[in-house]
Amino acid sequence: MTKEIFLNENIRQRNRKNKRFRWLVIAGSVITIIPIFLIVANLAVKGVRQINISFFTETAPDTFQAMIATSNGEIIPGGIANGLMGSLLMVIIASLMSIPVGMMTGIYIYENSTSRYASFVRSISEILQGVPSIILGIIAYLWIVKGVTRGYSAFAGSVALTIMMLPLIIRSTEETMKMIPLPIREAAFALGVPYYKMIIKVLIPCSFSGLATGILLALSRILGETAPLMLTALGSPAISLDIAKPVSAVPLLIWDFYNDPNMVNLVWSASLFLMIFVLSLNLLSRSLAAKHKYI
Amino acid sequence: MTDNPILEIDNLSVAYETGRSAVKNVSASIVRNAITAIMGPSGCGKSTLLRAVNRMHELYPSIKTTGDIRLDGESIFSMPVIELRRRIGMVFQRPNPFPNMTIYENVVAGYTLNDIRLKKTQRDDIVEKALHSVTLWDEVKDSLFRKGTFLSGGQQQRLCIARAIAFNPEILLLDEPTSALDPVATAKVEDLLGELKKEYTLLLVTHNMSQAARISDDSMFMYLGELVESGKTETLFTNPHDQRTEAYLTGKFG
Ligand SMILES: Nc1ncnc2c1ncn2[C@@H]1O[C@H](COP(=O)(O)OP(=O)(O)O)[C@@H](O)[C@H]1O
Ligand SMILES: [Mg+2]
Repeated sequence: MTKEIFLNENIRQRNRKNKRFRWLVIAGSVITIIPIFLIVANLAVKGVRQINISFFTETAPDTFQAMIATSNGEIIPGGIANGLMGSLLMVIIASLMSIPVGMMTGIYIYENSTSRYASFVRSISEILQGVPSIILGIIAYLWIVKGVTRGYSAFAGSVALTIMMLPLIIRSTEETMKMIPLPIREAAFALGVPYYKMIIKVLIPCSFSGLATGILLALSRILGETAPLMLTALGSPAISLDIAKPVSAVPLLIWDFYNDPNMVNLVWSASLFLMIFVLSLNLLSRSLAAKHKYI
Repeated sequence: MTDNPILEIDNLSVAYETGRSAVKNVSASIVRNAITAIMGPSGCGKSTLLRAVNRMHELYPSIKTTGDIRLDGESIFSMPVIELRRRIGMVFQRPNPFPNMTIYENVVAGYTLNDIRLKKTQRDDIVEKALHSVTLWDEVKDSLFRKGTFLSGGQQQRLCIARAIAFNPEILLLDEPTSALDPVATAKVEDLLGELKKEYTLLLVTHNMSQAARISDDSMFMYLGELVESGKTETLFTNPHDQRTEAYLTGKFG
């Protein structure tokens, strides 16, 4: 009898604790969500006015045009086309360099997970992930700006971004490989398939959506990088596709707009665009990741 | 066991760690066009023995194999591994169709993954014939180009058998192929194995005694890595020589 009462009391206490804890979790998540909504709402209110076709097709205005437009209460002419093209150029080059190398490294680390060299490579990659991006910018500056292109260049910017992407690709490749069950690999071996063909024709296709997730996340991570690009790509008022010359990038433009009192309005619209783009990449990679679970 | 065995296992030992053999000095011969069941309690080395037959252990360099296995008189260790695995197919405990491939692609995976080029008509033939032999054709003929992973567990396992026999092997190794299946699917696969032995030699690992009794012609009983006893299934079940076999069959352990 007394035992039963004790048990009931115990359960009630536990329920109370559960409830309290649930409220705490809800409160915590609301606190996290609010700033994101505030940021997006703020950017949208201030920035949406500037966003139209020419925002994407025209290069950044000069400060004089911007001043006149602002004083007349009109929207600022021009757009971020030079930044878009520069970002696109550098992201493509960085992807071409980092994705193959990162994937091969990730596969190597996974396949030889017990070897000492593999764990050395893994540690280096983890350390690289923690290096502040400005320092990677300085390294790219020393190697490429000083040593290769003899001046600020899109290529130097791409190298900085490559170094940032590499550890992310390596990591996600290794994690993705871990998710492929051993019997799938053995099924290929049991058909007499050689090792390298198993990797190319089974492992990589099976992990396609996982790899794509990692790549998209890496892209969304580097798209907003500003500091390393200041030391490498520098920025350019015109659209340029010459990898040996300076180019602009969307985050570089945001920084330029911020520094020009006449162009502050463009800060909001460029930021709004960047934010939405990166958020969409994130969401896309999430939906891919959800698909990947079926194996 | 008989005079013209297809496979002879000769004093085979396999060790995962040095000094501790999971399979100890096993010798046996496997009869052509029959089902040979390998029985024994969990952990006695059945899978280890089976995987030695298609040299699966070579994927893991730390595993040491000694002794010999002869396929039609020729040592498997002197054959090119692709030839060996073409002649000896394997079906695993859990169905493992390639998740990136359609049903059709899974059946011909042995060819495509090895870059063996076939005409489309040849491929179509192989797919239809293999799926017919595993009695899956009628169930999937309208969804050949859907992913194999959409099938039920039992269908997936029959697809994996189709993938193995599409390569036209002489021997089929099956490692507890029904242990992940429900009773209905199990019965289907068992019926199928009975059909398949007309064309292939089947080596079937099972820890299910009644399954061994139902469908096998010959049986091997293993215990702690040793082959305790082997012979005609009927004899082994009705008149075991070794008392460990008897203890196992009467449910004293396992
Ligand atoms: N990959 C492995 N590494 C080390 N030991 C293993 C490995 N696989 C199996 N073993 C050991 O070898 C013995 C036989 O295993 P196994 O052949 O899988 O038995 P069964 O298939 O009869 O259940 C067991 O003692 C098991 O623990
Ligand atoms: Mg086993």
